[in-house]
Amino acid sequence: MGKYIVRRLLQMIPVIIGTTFLIFYMVFAMPGDPTAGKCGERPCSAAYIQKYRAEHNLDDPLPIQYGKYVAKLAQGDLGTNQYGVKVKDDLQKRYLVTGKLALMAIAVEVVVGILAGILAGIRKGKFVDNLVLVSTLFVISIPVFVIGALAQYFIGVRTGLFPVTVSSKATFYELTMPALVLGSLSIAYVARLTRTNLVENLRADYVRTAIAKGLSRRRAVGLHALRNSMIPVITFVGFDFGALLGGAIVTERIFNIQGVGGYIFRGIQMRDGVAVVGAVTALVIIYLFVNLLVDILYGVLDPRISHE
Amino acid sequence: MSTTTSAAPQTRSGDGKITYTPVDGRLLDVEDLHVEFHTEDGVAKAINGVSFHLDQGESLAILGESGSGKSVTAQAIMGILDMPPAKIPEGAIKYCGLDLLTMPDDQRRWVRGAEIAMIFQDALSSLNPVFPVGWQIAEMFRQHRGMNKSDSLAQAVRLMERVSIPAAKDRVKAYPHQFSGGMRQRIMIAMAIALDPAVLIADEPTTALDVTVQAQIMALLQELQQERQMGLILITHDLGVVADVADRIAVMYAGRLVETANVYDLYAKPAHPYTRGLLESIPRLDQKGQTLAAIGGLPPNLLRIPPGCAFNPRCRMAQDICRTDRPELREVAPGRKSACHFAEEVLDA
Repeated sequence: MGKYIVRRLLQMIPVIIGTTFLIFYMVFAMPGDPTAGKCGERPCSAAYIQKYRAEHNLDDPLPIQYGKYVAKLAQGDLGTNQYGVKVKDDLQKRYLVTGKLALMAIAVEVVVGILAGILAGIRKGKFVDNLVLVSTLFVISIPVFVIGALAQYFIGVRTGLFPVTVSSKATFYELTMPALVLGSLSIAYVARLTRTNLVENLRADYVRTAIAKGLSRRRAVGLHALRNSMIPVITFVGFDFGALLGGAIVTERIFNIQGVGGYIFRGIQMRDGVAVVGAVTALVIIYLFVNLLVDILYGVLDPRISHE
Repeated sequence: MSTTTSAAPQTRSGDGKITYTPVDGRLLDVEDLHVEFHTEDGVAKAINGVSFHLDQGESLAILGESGSGKSVTAQAIMGILDMPPAKIPEGAIKYCGLDLLTMPDDQRRWVRGAEIAMIFQDALSSLNPVFPVGWQIAEMFRQHRGMNKSDSLAQAVRLMERVSIPAAKDRVKAYPHQFSGGMRQRIMIAMAIALDPAVLIADEPTTALDVTVQAQIMALLQELQQERQMGLILITHDLGVVADVADRIAVMYAGRLVETANVYDLYAKPAHPYTRGLLESIPRLDQKGQTLAAIGGLPPNLLRIPPGCAFNPRCRMAQDICRTDRPELREVAPGRKSACHFAEEVLDA
């Protein structure tokens, strides 16, 4: 296992170099002058432009620019954005919010999704099953901004249970509704994945063995069948967590959440190359680590998967 | 529960557990068992009135081809049929005189595994892939006997040693996929005999194994049966497996018993054309170069079992009466029964 982890960590290096180069190249290939519009209505002074270009190595050829960027990156320096704030400090603040939101959304999808999936699976073809199938289809079909707006209106404005938007403090209470909205799509997938796998495993020979052993139906289903059904579900949830850590641009905008997604979106809009490249690099690294964790977890859940 | 009212062969011990005692060595009495499956296409009559019994220390082989109802019989005894679609409209399965079919669910559950245990055909899919084998064996002791984790695991090691799994102590934490086919079946056997059941049902225990391993597994089953005086029901389509192990043979066709006899009589002189066809279809060394005899046709569709004798469309001896009147299973010689209008002629042939 230790060997496997080391190998995977080493594999990450070329992936990180490749992705950062691509994103670096794309951002700097964007048309337009990064200093245009920086000085309000007037064009910037020649001295300012010169200083800016020197600071960002804009007169070097692209590979040299990239090399200088990576050299700083290796020291943990993600650069300074156009407002003179360190990207690293910005990201730290925003990742606290995004991480909190992602964890809450995951908790919602795991609890609600798995419970709904189990209920549907053990009552296959009955009312509960159809209810879950239809309601998840409904949720999957509606775009997230519609669900978000509906939630804002009904849960936020009409009943006043939760605040409509999130302040810069991003408290647990404020994030509850956004987490429900963000998790709703995945609830549907988790519920369906749980149901399908449970239905399949209930027919498995080893569940018949469990019954023949004199175990209670609850134990045969709740332990023997469910344990096997959870393998693909937990894998899905793990990858979903990685994706959610990349920020949820739409949900963040609807609820005015100061998260990573909005940061990248604004960076692209404002042609703030340093911010975009820095944020995406951080995102890639985090995603790779989450991926590794999911793969390790997969091996723990399913002993047939060997990491040797 | 009326188990304590009469002088029944069951007694309750202090902890509420029932102790079953066979009367005159009789373990199982299957009486006029019917099983049908309600499907979208209609009602498939899988078992149509099967009766047999099993005594202590006895080996009964139930022989038949796919779809004859032999596995369904075993599953009905175990109580592991999926109901629905399966339904048992008639019949009784008495264990130590007590009908399992009318027993309350929680009482019947304690019979499963502890009193009547079962071994399945495909040990790989029948063992749970995500739990260690020792844990799965130990689960019997934890659930039925309330034993703690370390004691139950010690029992699991003891059982794995008993079924000759090498280095049992080291392998108790291994998973099913880490064992060979034969070793997996040994683990299934260890799990089945864990609580010293009075009846062991083996449903095609060696079908998925290669020939040398088949012989080892059958030898192990026979040894365990003699050691523990279990009643063994061996379900198979393999006449070769039956000959060495079984005392009595019951041949099934289209959900009915067509012949019962002790193993020597049946091999020497079958009393039913179907049995004779089965015996003739065994390859023999002294018939090298000749065409192997086979029973023509296919077993009947259980949704539409032919009237009269179910075997008549495939039977070389079939007469008009076979197409109209169903032959009852009747005694045709001392200790043997056949369900054929012409059983005596078959026997004398």
